[in-house]
Amino acid sequence: MEHSVAASIFNKNEAKVNWHDKALWFVRHKRDLSAHTVKGWERLRELGSAIKAHTLSNLDNYLVEFEKNALKNGVQVHWAANGEEHNRIVHSILKEHRAKKVVKSKSMLTEECHLNPYLEADNIEVIDTDLGERIVQLAKEPPSHIVLPAIHKNKEEVDALFQEHLGTKPCNGDPQYLTNEARKHLREKFIEADVAITGVNFAIAETGAVVVCTNEGNADMGAHLAPVHIACMGVEKLIPKQEHLGVFLRLLARSATGQPITTYSSHFKKPREGAKMHIVIVDNGRAEQLSRPDFRASLHCIRCGACMNTCPIYRRSGGHSYNATIPGPIGSILSPGKDLKKYSSLPFASTLCGSCSDVCPVKIDIHKQLYKWRQIITKETPQPAMKKMSMKFMGRMFSNPKQYQKIGRAGRWALRNLPKVIINSRPNVWGKERDLPKGPKESFDDWYKKRNKNGK
Amino acid sequence: MTVGLFIPCYINQLYPQVGKATLEVLEKLNVDIVYPSGQTCCGQPMANSGYEGESIGACLNLVENFKDFDYIVTPSGSCAYHVKQHYDIVEQTDEVVKVRNNVYELCDFIVNVLKKKDLGARFPHKVGVHKSCHGLRGLRLGSCSEVAGESFSFIEDLLKEVDGVELMPLTRKDECCGFGGTFAVTEEAVSVKMGKDRIQDHLNSGVEVVTATDTSCLMHLEGLITRNKHPLKVMHVAEILNSTIK
Repeated sequence: MEHSVAASIFNKNEAKVNWHDKALWFVRHKRDLSAHTVKGWERLRELGSAIKAHTLSNLDNYLVEFEKNALKNGVQVHWAANGEEHNRIVHSILKEHRAKKVVKSKSMLTEECHLNPYLEADNIEVIDTDLGERIVQLAKEPPSHIVLPAIHKNKEEVDALFQEHLGTKPCNGDPQYLTNEARKHLREKFIEADVAITGVNFAIAETGAVVVCTNEGNADMGAHLAPVHIACMGVEKLIPKQEHLGVFLRLLARSATGQPITTYSSHFKKPREGAKMHIVIVDNGRAEQLSRPDFRASLHCIRCGACMNTCPIYRRSGGHSYNATIPGPIGSILSPGKDLKKYSSLPFASTLCGSCSDVCPVKIDIHKQLYKWRQIITKETPQPAMKKMSMKFMGRMFSNPKQYQKIGRAGRWALRNLPKVIINSRPNVWGKERDLPKGPKESFDDWYKKRNKNGK
Repeated sequence: MTVGLFIPCYINQLYPQVGKATLEVLEKLNVDIVYPSGQTCCGQPMANSGYEGESIGACLNLVENFKDFDYIVTPSGSCAYHVKQHYDIVEQTDEVVKVRNNVYELCDFIVNVLKKKDLGARFPHKVGVHKSCHGLRGLRLGSCSEVAGESFSFIEDLLKEVDGVELMPLTRKDECCGFGGTFAVTEEAVSVKMGKDRIQDHLNSGVEVVTATDTSCLMHLEGLITRNKHPLKVMHVAEILNSTIK
C-alpha cells in the first residue's frame, strides 16, 4: 500500500491523529528544551557526524579491530551478510544450547531481519521485554516508532490487550496498574530464559565492547540472568574509541526523549563467569548503501527517532503508514536502498520542510536525500502515465514564455468563469477540501506591460 | 546596481497583487528594478516531483532572463532556494553561478543587502507569521526551533517596524503548513490536516492576518480558510510592507 493511501486511512479518525500528533510533538518539544540547555549542542552534533563519517570511511579496518578485541575478551563473533544468515546464526547458537525460551531487549535489527517469526517456526518462544515492544508483540503488530514502538496505542487499548493476553483486571487504562502487571509478567520470563538477545547502540572498536541503552533495564535483566547473551548489531554501530562514546550518549537520549541520558547505559565487554557471549555483526544491505555517495550519510543514524517526532507528516500519518521496519524520514531514505520499487512512495511522503535534517543529532541531510531518491525513483520504477505526461507538459510550457502566458491566461479564465462545482469536481484533488484562488483578469506580466506602455 | 524582479509563476498568474506590492516596495526603496518579461518558473514543480530532467528548460530560461543583473529578487523563499540549491543539474557556466549566487528572497534582500528595516509602512492588525520552510531551513532567513543558538528572523525584523502591526505568538512557530508542491495533491489527506492545524494555531492566537515570505504556503492555507469560512486573511509580507508607505 502506498504511503498516501495508508495515511488517508489513518486520517479518517481525526481525534486519534490529533492525539498522536500531540504526543509526539510533546517529545519533540522536550528534546528542544533539553538539547538547547547543552552548551555547544551544535558543536556536539558536528562531532557526532564527523566521527560517524570517519568511521564509515574506515569501516573495514574498524570492523577487523573490533573483532580482534572482542575475541580477546572471550566473546564469539559471527558475521552475517544478510538477514537470513543472521537468523540462521542466532538459531544455531540457540540450538547449540538447546534453548527454547528467549528474552529479547529492544533491537530494530532483529525486527529488520524478522528474527521472531524465524525462531517461532521452530517452537522457540521469543519475548520482547521492552514494554512498548511487548505491547505490539501481543497485538501482533510491528513497532510504529523506533524508540516508542507502541506510540500508536492509547492506554485503553493496552488495557484491553493485557486483559486478553496477561489476564489482567479491567482498569480503565490505569498506567500504574498496567505497568506493574507487565513487570510481573516480564520478571517471570527473565527468570525462565535460556538465552538473552539484545541489540547494540554502540560497538567500540578499541575495546571490543558493546553498549546498550535502555530506560527499563531490560537488556541488563536479560543478559545478567540468562547463561547466554547474543548481541546483534549492524556494521554501522561501530565507533572507533571509548572516548567517542560520550559524544553519542549525550546526543542520543536528549534527541530521543529529552532525557539527559538513558536510565541505563550498559557496557558489555566479556562474558561473565560460566556464561557465553556472542556478537552477530550484520551487513544486510549496509555495504551497498555505503557505496552510494549521495546516501552514505544515512548510515550515521543512531536510531534516536527525533526525525519521526519532528516530522509533521509522520505525526499525522502514523508509523505503520510507512510499511517499513524503520518508519519516518530516516526510514524513507534507508528503505529505498533495500527495495526501490516496494518503498517508492516513501521519499514522496514529505514536504521537504527540512525539520528532520535540523533535528538530527548526527546531521544527516535527510530532506536532501529524499529529494535525490525522488529523482532516482522516477527514472527506475514504473510511474503513472498521467504523472509523466503532465511533467513533460509542464517542462515544455515553462521552457517557452509565450506558451506559458497563453496557458496561464486560459487557466485564469477557467478559474474565473467556471462554476465551483466543475472546478472542484473529481480530478481536482486540491478542491476536495480547499478552494482555489479566483483567476485574476490580468497576470502580473499583463499588468507590468500595460504600466510600462502608460509611461511608468 | 540593477536588480531583476523574479515573479514566481503562480504569483504571476494567480496573485499578481503580490508581484505589484513587491515591485512597489522596491521602487519606493529607490532600487533600480526591472521585470524581464520572458521569465516563467524556477523549475521546482517538476524537480521536487522527481523530474529534474524536465525542469532543465525552465532553469535555462531563468538564467537567460536574469544573467545580466547584479541581484535577482523574488517574493518567494522557496523559489530562491530552488535556484541556489538545485541548479546544479545544468552546466555551471559563469552565468549560472552568478544567478545562483545573486538570487535573494525579498526580506533577505531588504534587510541584508539594502540594510533597511523601517520602510515606513502602516498596518494596524494582529499578524501571525508563517515561517515558510524553504526560506527558513533552506535559506536560513531566520532561526528555527530545532537548532540551538541566537534567535533571529528577517521577516519579523521588517514587520516589527511596521506601524500598528501586532505580532501574535504561536504554539508551533515554525511547523510546515503542508503545501509541499505536488505533495498537496499526492498526499492530500495529510496535507489538508497539516494546513488545518496551522490555521487553528493562528485562530487560537487571535490572528487577523497570516503572512509569509511565500504565497505558495498562503495559497494552501487560504484554500482551507475560504472553504471553511474562517475569520482569517492571508497576505504576502510584501503586501504588508507596501501598506500606506509614507
